[in-house]
Amino acid sequence: MSAVSGLRLPKDMADAILAQSRTEYPNEACGVIIGRNGIAERLKPMFNAAASPTFYEFDPKDLLALYREVDDKDEEIIVIYHSHTETEAFPSRTDISYAGEPGAHYVLVSTREEIAPATEFRSYRIIDGVVTEESVEFIL
Amino acid sequence: MSATVEVRIPTILRPFTKEQKMVAATGADLAAVIADLDAQYPGLADRLLENGALRRFINIYVNDEDVRFIGSLTAQLKSGDSITILPAVAGG
Repeated sequence: MSAVSGLRLPKDMADAILAQSRTEYPNEACGVIIGRNGIAERLKPMFNAAASPTFYEFDPKDLLALYREVDDKDEEIIVIYHSHTETEAFPSRTDISYAGEPGAHYVLVSTREEIAPATEFRSYRIIDGVVTEESVEFIL
Repeated sequence: MSATVEVRIPTILRPFTKEQKMVAATGADLAAVIADLDAQYPGLADRLLENGALRRFINIYVNDEDVRFIGSLTAQLKSGDSITILPAVAGG
């Protein structure tokens, strides 16, 4: 994982994540960004098996395939992202308790009505139950 | 018939296995393998089980099959089987 704090990612990946979040509304959207040496290389939206406005889960079969793929290509999961449809882009208690990838950057986006047309795109580290927000830098 | 299997450990559980990402364990079924893992790496079972059953948000696969479909803790194992443990990626 990157030794530099904060998340750097291509702007068009962030745009794609926001677009996916709008498309999947009213359900939460989710996915990962994969790369090497802390550098974001490819975006992979994932199917939300929970298909819920308040919950997301990668299907267990998809999850295994994802880890196999990442291992085979010597890559790493840089970002795990999901959208909050009605609340702030801050990790919920559920997000914190299920955060099982300590090396990942957890990105939350919010497309909630009250801030429309603005959206929030924020990133966090979640390690041992502790949430630390970090800076996000978009690479153009 | 007790089997010797390889178990792939996810990053978040590696503190229990002294950072090893692959360990060996023996047991005829998944319950026995988890008990063996806990004997070798104390505290590991508590991360996998709750009230005697597999935790809802831990996924365990035997040779790429989700154990939920092959008996969960009673999933039968044979020597050479590969077990992968992956915490769910989920939230709300």
